[in-house]
Amino acid sequence: MQRIIIALISSLIFGAGLVISEMVNPTKVQDFLDLFGNWDSSLAFVMGGAVAVTLVTSRFILKRKTPIFADRFYMAVKTSIDARLVLGASLFGLGWGLSGYCPGPGILNAMINPAEAVVFLPALIIGGWIGQRYAA
Amino acid sequence: MLEALPSQALFGGILIGISAALLLAFNGRIAGISGILYNLLFNPLSGAERGWRIAFLVGLVAGGYFMLPVEFELRQGYSQWLLIASGLAVGIGTRIGNGCTSGHGVCGIGLMAGRSVVATVTFMAAGIITVTILRQFIG
Repeated sequence: MQRIIIALISSLIFGAGLVISEMVNPTKVQDFLDLFGNWDSSLAFVMGGAVAVTLVTSRFILKRKTPIFADRFYMAVKTSIDARLVLGASLFGLGWGLSGYCPGPGILNAMINPAEAVVFLPALIIGGWIGQRYAA
Repeated sequence: MLEALPSQALFGGILIGISAALLLAFNGRIAGISGILYNLLFNPLSGAERGWRIAFLVGLVAGGYFMLPVEFELRQGYSQWLLIASGLAVGIGTRIGNGCTSGHGVCGIGLMAGRSVVATVTFMAAGIITVTILRQFIG
């Protein structure tokens, strides 16, 4: 129960952050990726702000042997940098640029721009299912 | 259309960072949205493993809901084919590459994971190339 409450608190903050920062505006995301065109740099502050927090907090958090409400830290098992990682990230970047949606903002757009979400989200799920068949 | 001030972007980003820090500190979990979504949809999970992931997705949508309405103009008439191609590529790519903007970009870099640094540089570059081609040569 504790862990569910933490997941809820954490994700409420996450969702609020995505809307406040305007990451949920796909046109703005594309403007941010339009480095050689009419570049809108503001979304660099979203990732900058988020990473600044995680870089500092992660060091302190991982000094603990275990998380506060769990038996261990569930970290990524894989550490190797391989072709699959680069291929996957390239495909993700391609898709991100094509619409301006990454998964979180794509999900939130179910209530912001449902006309696009009804097309994007099924494709996202089918894509995930296809990727799952090739993922280790 | 009002552009969000960088301060708004920065504040939103800090919130996202705090969210990821909370989930790691208390639950020992990475706040990676694609991983949470796909594990929930495609992997057999125990009740507890399913529970927090459902809670996370519900909270994500609710957290956004409390901040509505958005200030920006909604995009209309965007190509359905681009939306479909985008969804498929994001889905396949985040599954093969084990993460998206949140898992690799925010959490992984925070943990100084080499894989996440490589993934983030790669998807940023691919996104920039895609938008450049889309806008300069097609759109």
